[in-house]
Amino acid sequence: KQGLSLVHRLSAHPDSRCWFVSWSPTGTLLASCGGDKAIRIWGRQGDSWICKTVLQDGHQRTVRKVAWSPCGNYLASASFDATTCIWKKKEDDFESLTVLEGHENEVKCVAWAPSGNLLATCSRDKSVWVWEVDEEDEYECVTVVNSHTQDVKHVVWHPTQELLASASYDNNICIYKEEDDDWECRATLKGHTSTVWGLSFEAAGQRLASCSDDRTVKIWKEYPDESRQGDLSWKCVCTLSGYHGRTVYDVAWCRLTGALATACGDDAVRVFKEDEASDPDQPVFSLAAQVTKAHSQDVNCVAWNPKEAGLLASCSDDGDIAIWKFQEED
Amino acid sequence: MSGETRLENANPVIFQRSGERLLTATEEDEDVHDPIDDREIFDILFDYQSINDPEHPLSLEELNVVEQVRVKVDDAESTVGVEFTPTIPHCSMATLIGLSIKVKLLRSLPDRFKIDVHITPGSHASEEAVNKQLADKERVAAALENSSLLEVVNQCLTTRSI
Repeated sequence: KQGLSLVHRLSAHPDSRCWFVSWSPTGTLLASCGGDKAIRIWGRQGDSWICKTVLQDGHQRTVRKVAWSPCGNYLASASFDATTCIWKKKEDDFESLTVLEGHENEVKCVAWAPSGNLLATCSRDKSVWVWEVDEEDEYECVTVVNSHTQDVKHVVWHPTQELLASASYDNNICIYKEEDDDWECRATLKGHTSTVWGLSFEAAGQRLASCSDDRTVKIWKEYPDESRQGDLSWKCVCTLSGYHGRTVYDVAWCRLTGALATACGDDAVRVFKEDEASDPDQPVFSLAAQVTKAHSQDVNCVAWNPKEAGLLASCSDDGDIAIWKFQEED
Repeated sequence: MSGETRLENANPVIFQRSGERLLTATEEDEDVHDPIDDREIFDILFDYQSINDPEHPLSLEELNVVEQVRVKVDDAESTVGVEFTPTIPHCSMATLIGLSIKVKLLRSLPDRFKIDVHITPGSHASEEAVNKQLADKERVAAALENSSLLEVVNQCLTTRSI
């Protein structure tokens, strides 16, 4: 039977909010962060999930996002204290390796490139920074891009190419590419009518999903460059409206099944599936499952397990992490 | 904002405060569940002059910044909407007043409530920008971690001593 069933609920950041969760590349560990300035690492033990480690003292303020390196040996955390911490995994524990400074104020997001050699951060200071990592674990900022006119909320890398996308309070999405050692904005995706909170590439990277305060989710598709001036051409091919009652804070495109999950300020978790018979230039997505009271407060993040198809984690202002199983119709 | 600087609106129109809330028999009955209503939200915000205008030693009700008609509550849906009217269309304190109203409600209401604070349509030059900032919970969360800003908000929320 099709639907979302609850597997586990964890009181992850009690008396605080849980802002974000991220699966390790092997899908065995889940990192969470929140308003209590802490990062927690969760792992499965038998049938339940336990907290393996708490990383405290890394940040002075809210930890907004966490990201695993593609090799799974490093964890990056972005904080309102204007810094990004890099943690190195040592057996079952993590040690603070370095602190990346430079942003003027709150760092809102951090993301590793698929190669593991590049890291991107973004901030309320309107800038996106790209950092290069060498073999000695040294980090160097290679570019600061100021393509947004407001707070940058989210950054995400293309799954295979060195292509970076960012979402902003200025309602736009920017896509960047490296050109002669410099990162430049090569496409600005306009269409949302309020803050864009989250982005997720499809497995193959030809499409990008975005979610917004305008209560919609949009699907953008890459098209060949008509101007032949090297700019990238991305067009909105689908808008999901009418499903979300408040701000959509996150969207996650499952790399294994193609299902699209959303985290919403109306406390619900929803999963959409693409109609396989629909025109690729006008795809149709329909609601496959939803839990209206998935959490008792805003849902901030949804994340598909990278190895176990259908396993979805969500987290909320209520401080909890919920782990769901999405079952499709046979 | 200090006493030496010139006030943006030196002679505000002062409105009479609404009377005390009359308690009904069911409200006094502890065994009956009272849904949270518009007047209760209004009381949280103003009965104790609990939010002060940053510029005047007057409550927001006396300055007509908030009127009961602009408070909308749906207890079943767990939503609260408040519209406030800055005393002048260019009031630079609008974001601070809105933030203070939001903080007061966040601290007073159960967590299940979705709280929306807006400027009364047409009453402020930067209405859209202020509304967008107040609706951005990430910015509100970051602002409340800023100790100097939090101090100003708390000053707006203390019961006036006069």
